[in-house]
Amino acid sequence: MYRIARKKILNPTVIQMEIEAPLVAKKAKPGQFIILRVHEEGERIPLTVAGCNREAGTVKIIFQTVGSSTLLLSKKNEGDCIADFVGPLGVPTHTEGVGKVCIVGGGVGCAIALPLAEEFHRLGASVTSIVGFRNRDLVILEEEFAACSDRLTVMTDDGSYARQGNVTLPLKEYLESGETFDLIIAIGPLVMMKYTVLTAKPFGVPVTVSMNPIMIDGTGMCGGCRLTLNRDGKRVTQFACVDGPDFNGYEVDFDEAMSRSRMYADFERHAYEQTCNLFQKA
Amino acid sequence: MAIQPKRNPMPVQDPKERARNFSEVALGYTVKMAEDEASRCLGCKNAPCVTACPVNVQIPDFIQKIKEGKHEEAYQIIRATSSLPAVCGRVCPQERQCESKCTMGIKFEPVAIGRLERFAADLHNAQVLPPEKAPVQNGHRVAIVGSGPSGLSCAGDLARLGYEVTVFEALHTAGGVLVYGIPEFRLPKSIVAKEVESLREIGVRIETNVVIGKTLTVDELFEDGFEAIFIGSGAGLPSFMNIPGESLKGVYSANEFLTRSNLMKAYAENTETPIMKGGRVAVIGGGNVAMDAARTALRLGAEEVKIVYRRSMEELPARKEEIEHAEEEGVIFSLLCSPTEILGYENPTDPRDPKNGFVKEMRCIRMELGEPDAKGRRRPVPVEGSEFTMPVDTVIMAIGTSPNPLIKSTTKGLEVNARGGIVVNEDGLTSREGVFAGGDAVTGAATVISAMGAGKTAAAAIHAYLSQK
Repeated sequence: MYRIARKKILNPTVIQMEIEAPLVAKKAKPGQFIILRVHEEGERIPLTVAGCNREAGTVKIIFQTVGSSTLLLSKKNEGDCIADFVGPLGVPTHTEGVGKVCIVGGGVGCAIALPLAEEFHRLGASVTSIVGFRNRDLVILEEEFAACSDRLTVMTDDGSYARQGNVTLPLKEYLESGETFDLIIAIGPLVMMKYTVLTAKPFGVPVTVSMNPIMIDGTGMCGGCRLTLNRDGKRVTQFACVDGPDFNGYEVDFDEAMSRSRMYADFERHAYEQTCNLFQKA
Repeated sequence: MAIQPKRNPMPVQDPKERARNFSEVALGYTVKMAEDEASRCLGCKNAPCVTACPVNVQIPDFIQKIKEGKHEEAYQIIRATSSLPAVCGRVCPQERQCESKCTMGIKFEPVAIGRLERFAADLHNAQVLPPEKAPVQNGHRVAIVGSGPSGLSCAGDLARLGYEVTVFEALHTAGGVLVYGIPEFRLPKSIVAKEVESLREIGVRIETNVVIGKTLTVDELFEDGFEAIFIGSGAGLPSFMNIPGESLKGVYSANEFLTRSNLMKAYAENTETPIMKGGRVAVIGGGNVAMDAARTALRLGAEEVKIVYRRSMEELPARKEEIEHAEEEGVIFSLLCSPTEILGYENPTDPRDPKNGFVKEMRCIRMELGEPDAKGRRRPVPVEGSEFTMPVDTVIMAIGTSPNPLIKSTTKGLEVNARGGIVVNEDGLTSREGVFAGGDAVTGAATVISAMGAGKTAAAAIHAYLSQK
């Protein structure tokens, strides 16, 4: 069992937790992920690590309540335990030797983008952050991004806070004004990462994207997380859990990844409604 | 006494009924059947059956005890060399091992050794027994990577020799392929849980949720004070055919399909794990895993399940019993047939149609058997112009796996072969001092019993190594 040491509500649907898992805390690096199960019969949920405290032996996770399992997790409180917590899995993000980086985060993806921005900042890189949310109520981690970024732009889809528009808008402006980056890192919804890649393409800036497909074991055994890369004119299959979760954005077949991510949409909607009903009755 | 040419048939659930439930198919011998079957054993002095068993179970001796009605003694004889009798009695390919060498089998049907093994083990497990006494520990610590058949058998042998054994398991439940791969109807999970529990009773520590190569490395295990390590991390990454359409929704690796159903209990009511149920299912491959996937799909409610295999019935690598059971349950065998492409549903007028991107059909080509290959198996050759389309909703790839690179990539000096399997000598010793390996991580996908044999061999070698140290 793994104890929830701290819980913080970041916005109406996004929650931060620090889980006691000393072995994972000792090892986890930005870009890696963990898999947890809320209870003994629960789903295995992969979540990218949002930070860790090696001394306290805790790992920080930030998640959005999108389905039945994340809803169950969101109802847990400080001091409660969850059944399983395993990691760190996947390959850490490559952060060495980058002078100037642009971090593009979308929604809850900002939770994973933040530790990267912090790591680049710590390594002395110049950090430009662009973070986007649907509306004012969903904005998270703005102060934290401000603290580790040389420049920060906050965007909202509806313009209810900061600047209106998609994250690709300021990125395009930077690039068109002759700004150069050694690397762009995009983390967020698939469609956001796809358009970040398309925006950067004419300027030839490398883009790393963080993929979060459906998976079970997270160690390469099930193959459910496979995605297709277009590499040197060939279609190459890779597993996000062991080959990723970071990939070269120019190679990823986003349309296929988006289609695969909706494989169980019906089941998930139904499970979510059932769990909601349970909590409403209680 | 007259020789009975035929073995006692195994009582089984009615095929029509069992094809729709997950309860165990084979029900087990009664005492009368077992004692009668035991009486068919000739008790050969040279015991050819024993030499054909990867863990050398003393077969004529235990069968003699069953004949005498001393069932617990029979179990103890099996137990002396096999860590998992109730498991082996169910999943071993006896017709290729012990039973293939049975003297009775020369003229008649061989003695049903596997069924008798299961009988003795089940009778033992049904008793309420005090826990086995934990041996006095010798203070030497051994780490086992993976809690599948090789790891469990290595752990059991070493614990009984007095070692302090810790087993590290990446998943949340111990048992490896016995819990994620082999379905409930062939190997009830309660049996695996009982075997794991009995290891705990003799002092084996089992740490789930630890991925060696990620959470901890082999070198860190040595730093932590482990003096020897056994790697039994299993076969790992599923293979795909590299044909177009394999990333469509509805295409699974057998590993994923079976893990969803077995470990994650997608078959249960109110499960939190989704899986594609119903419709038409094609399973590609002809091994035991393919049979397990096909029969699982049937039980999940498929309207039609086909095994698609590129050779003929004779070359099917699955156990005979599994093939027969699958056939009885209604699995269709599409033999001499190979997929060339999987096609998905695409609504030309509605890009938001929820059916878009799901499997719709599979292009296949007929095969014929040509010249034998290096292994002597006749090579399948495509028949030109024989392509046809098979309507399907779910495709399950059961064409094998390749070893997991996680440990190799984080362990300096650990040699692997061209296929990624860990290189070991006859004792299971790897290229690293104190590091042993066995099972599918070494051989690639093989059987439970051969993995157990490898775990046993390594346990003996680790004991010898640590005794001299």
